[in-house]
Amino acid sequence: MGNIAMPLTVAIPMLFAVLILVTGKFWRGVGSYLGPLAAFIILYLSFVLLGVKDTTYIMGGWIPPIGIVMVLDGLSKLMLIIINGIAFFSIIYAISYMSKYTAQFKFYALFLLMVAGMNGVVLSGDLFNLFVFLEIASLASYALVGFGVESEELEAGFKYLILGSVASIVILFAIAVVYNITGTVNMADVANTIGNPMLNKAVIFALGLFIFGFSLKAGLVPFHAWLPDAHPSAPAPVSAMLSGVLIKALGIYALIRVTFSVMGAPTEILSIIMWLGVVSTLVGVLLALGQYDLKRLLAYHSISQMGYVALGIGLGTPEGIAAGLFHMFNHATFKSLLFLDAGSFEQSTGTRDLRQMGGLMKKLPITSIGTLAGSVSISGLPPFNGFWSKILIIAAALASKQYLAAAIATFVAFGTLASFVKVMRFSLIGPLPKIYQNLKESPFSMTFSLLALSIICLISGLFYIFLMDSLFYPATNAILKQSAYISMVLGIGG
Amino acid sequence: MLLYILNMLVFGLGLYCLIAKRHIIKKIIGMVIIEYSVNLFLILVGYRINGIAPILSPGENPIVFSQVAVDPLPQALVLTSIVIGLGTLALMAAYSIKLYEKYRTFDMSEINRLKG
Repeated sequence: MGNIAMPLTVAIPMLFAVLILVTGKFWRGVGSYLGPLAAFIILYLSFVLLGVKDTTYIMGGWIPPIGIVMVLDGLSKLMLIIINGIAFFSIIYAISYMSKYTAQFKFYALFLLMVAGMNGVVLSGDLFNLFVFLEIASLASYALVGFGVESEELEAGFKYLILGSVASIVILFAIAVVYNITGTVNMADVANTIGNPMLNKAVIFALGLFIFGFSLKAGLVPFHAWLPDAHPSAPAPVSAMLSGVLIKALGIYALIRVTFSVMGAPTEILSIIMWLGVVSTLVGVLLALGQYDLKRLLAYHSISQMGYVALGIGLGTPEGIAAGLFHMFNHATFKSLLFLDAGSFEQSTGTRDLRQMGGLMKKLPITSIGTLAGSVSISGLPPFNGFWSKILIIAAALASKQYLAAAIATFVAFGTLASFVKVMRFSLIGPLPKIYQNLKESPFSMTFSLLALSIICLISGLFYIFLMDSLFYPATNAILKQSAYISMVLGIGG
Repeated sequence: MLLYILNMLVFGLGLYCLIAKRHIIKKIIGMVIIEYSVNLFLILVGYRINGIAPILSPGENPIVFSQVAVDPLPQALVLTSIVIGLGTLALMAAYSIKLYEKYRTFDMSEINRLKG
């Protein structure tokens, strides 16, 4: 069960996507059975892979750097858990939420394709396969954003499609430049032959293109214009996947892999990533404060919270990277929880406007508990998980003598708190509008996901030291030890 | 160096078309031009003047062969990238049809209901 599980995490969702598409013509409800089944299998596989020693899987018997190779290290294991965990809860939630759509089997097929693409991105051992899987995930997400084919959704989807394709092409261009310099696309081989990246002007050019492309995919300011349109327009489970996982797997993960494992983390590039993060935290939260559309507010907070992750990663110290990865995990849990809550509110009340809500605590108790847990986590109140990761990031920034960045991060934490006090004030308490007297709580599959994610938010806050030791420090080690990565892939003494 | 300048020229042309034109179809054409500039760059990276096809016939010396044959890897990469580009193009065309059905226009500046 060891190595073979790696390609299976990509192959199984793809196989099920095709199965759902073929059988969906005759039996429209097939997706709501096969989709969760596939998500459960890959979640199980990613927990199996968590226990496996760091290893590689060689495709078709061709030895790297000539053949294609899949690499499993601490960072990939962490990303697999995040991707497949959130995908599982979102797809369970979708069973009830998507039942009102006519072509729901197409939703499940696209959703599984997106998951397959992201699993491929985090396991791929060469740059070109990373690009191909990134395009699979991106194309599925472009289609999912416009899934409702209403005018706003189409507009947001088209904007996202154009900007996302530009980012993808720029990434391909960067890969072509790297190939021109080194004559290989295998990441470990590139790292082995490229030497000091700051001495070669073409490598600096390629790095700039990579940062542009991956930052756009991650939604960092100033490349964020598509995100507040695209994330709210999608159906709620897709919003949860886009904000919770997609911007991390295609953006932050790929950025980490290229800057640390391939290019050896030059300090100039790290400080660029750090300041991109600092600017994103500030701009995201300032734009979020004035929003009354619940999902749009959450999307702006995604920009802000991804800024925290980039800030932690950009510090380049083990503490900073571990804290950044911890915040990435936490953001995946609480932001997908909040988007699923917003979807539950929208389904019950028919609106996303906070000003038209109020007093929903009495009518929608479980959704309200979820909103409460998510809001408390994202605003950074103890003992929920957001508190620990934010304070660790700020402490790491202080330890690296980045006082301005630490000050901005602290200020943004208060801005986030203010923004979510507003959310709770408008949606949960206050007088209940007359039209909502007969509201019912959402069906079981939706409340199950909400409760499960709330509990994860609480548990990962209470037992964060255990999580740090088992997940985030191994991932940090994998990021920082470039020579170990090279020797593992190429099978030579590093 | 000439390679980079040539590529950036075509890339810039596509980017201009994408940003400055308001018609959706023209934007899509700009997108395709950008895509092809990168494909062209990849092909030219592996090209060798007066090179031969990269097929090793029996009895040929591999070292001499590797000096004269063109690099086959970029061609394989470009094939993949063209197929991906086709998928993106199809999706963009589908989007533009649906947008026209909803807004009754191809002018991107009139498609602006999202704010905030």
